[in-house]
Amino acid sequence: MAWNINNNKCLRCGGCVSVCPTAALELRDNIIHDEKLCTLCGVCEKACPVEAIKVTKK
Amino acid sequence: MNDVVIIGAGPAGTACAKLLAENGFSVKVYDKRAEIGAPKRCGEGISEASQDFVGKIPDKCIAQKIKGARLYAPDGRYLDAILSSGGFVLERKVFDKWLAEEAVKAGAVVQANTFISDITKDERGYFSGVKGEFSGNKFEEKARVVVCATGAESPLRNKALGVFSKVNLIDSCIQYEMTNIDIVPDLIHIYLSNVLAPRGYVWVFPKGEHKANVGLGIVPQDKKPGAYMEEFLKLHPEISKGSILEVNAGCVPVGGLVKDMVANGFVLCGEAANHVNAIHGGGIKEAVLSGQMAADTIAECLKKKDVSKSALSAFNNRWWKERGKYLRKVEKLRETLEKLSDPDLNDLVDALKPEDIIEFSRGAKLSILAKVLMRKPKLVSIARHLL
Ligand SMILES: Cc1cc2nc3c(=O)[nH]c(=O)nc-3n(C[C@H](O)[C@H](O)[C@H](O)COP(=O)(O)OP(=O)(O)OC[C@H]3O[C@@H](n4cnc5c(N)ncnc54)[C@H](O)[C@@H]3O)c2cc1C
Repeated sequence: MAWNINNNKCLRCGGCVSVCPTAALELRDNIIHDEKLCTLCGVCEKACPVEAIKVTKK
Repeated sequence: MNDVVIIGAGPAGTACAKLLAENGFSVKVYDKRAEIGAPKRCGEGISEASQDFVGKIPDKCIAQKIKGARLYAPDGRYLDAILSSGGFVLERKVFDKWLAEEAVKAGAVVQANTFISDITKDERGYFSGVKGEFSGNKFEEKARVVVCATGAESPLRNKALGVFSKVNLIDSCIQYEMTNIDIVPDLIHIYLSNVLAPRGYVWVFPKGEHKANVGLGIVPQDKKPGAYMEEFLKLHPEISKGSILEVNAGCVPVGGLVKDMVANGFVLCGEAANHVNAIHGGGIKEAVLSGQMAADTIAECLKKKDVSKSALSAFNNRWWKERGKYLRKVEKLRETLEKLSDPDLNDLVDALKPEDIIEFSRGAKLSILAKVLMRKPKLVSIARHLL
């Protein structure tokens, strides 16, 4: 189980933050991910305009 | 103690700040960006008529004056709608700073590079201030009312009111600001097509003779906006020959208007409350209107020394009456248009007359669209949905 971001691809648009149902993401200089709040639901990966986020559920 | 602290110096936050300051209240606006308005996350289009609310937009904020729109059907045919009152493609970086300066002139304090990490509550459970960091230095600030005008990108709206955007109610967008391209500069160009941009559209918003914001928004899916952009550019050598000056991405809410935008000592406004036109994704004018309406209510409540949820809910009532009902209709219209196939869209552009588009831009009346659809036998069943 993992949430990963590729900071070379990420454009810091905050789209992932806007769809996160558990307020687990925050846009600072990079996207900050709060493991404790994240449920690995994957909507951030779906919303991301540039394939920067990968969520694996296993 | 401030009367009001506003989180976010976008159009919603600074419009709200300006009105409150003009009414004599002490207001502080914080924005985490090192430079207000930058990087832009916007196609920068706005109608001339928006100036009724925004105020006269100075020339320095305007990259290009626009006469109307060229609407392309999936088969490549197009329709020009020349508007009696046109529009502008802005320079958002300059525009947002201008709005911020207007708020400062009215008496508000604006501070960039200030990240707000938390909204605090008092012993009664009222929102009563913020915690933040200015250039790395932590601070706390108290206020009678906290306004969240953070746009959709902040978890604060979720932490305070449980608001977030459902993933199927945003359009995932990519945009290149390009130069050395060939375009008709005084029209905005809109390409409708389920192949080029499913659910959304491709836009080319000129910023001068040979320069434009070239972007597209789509329903979120595995195939990303960048891949659609490549395909669009392949079909348009007159654009792809240009150079890319800036790459912007973003997710724009196209639904999910928030019903209840207030709590004790707290108001949510602008894109943070998903106040965006669901058809074209325009949110600047809505942000300003929403910020201003929030300011009116907050001013009334501060005068009466009652900032409880029930007092502040006057903002809910007014916004829903004056904007919400209309924006909800626009959202329904988008839901209908979403059902159209590419042949339907060809028929639609065929059936549209320039006057129809002008009518839409003035305020989409579903019955008018229904009439347009009725002109084509294949579209009648969709028209019935609207009536
Ligand atoms: C690709 C794209 C194209 C668009 N094109 C158009 C268009 O052509 N025309 C149009 O009218 N609209 C367009 N929009 C929508 C428009 O940009 C927004 O709706 C509008 O900017 C909303 O204004 P706002 O003031 O509510 O929020 P914003 O403009 O997003 O401002 C919010 C501010 O809050 C700050 N902030 C957020 N969190 C914090 C925090 N924790 N602490 C401190 N500050 C914080 C941010 O830095 C930001 O400056 C587009 C959107 C996208 C994504």
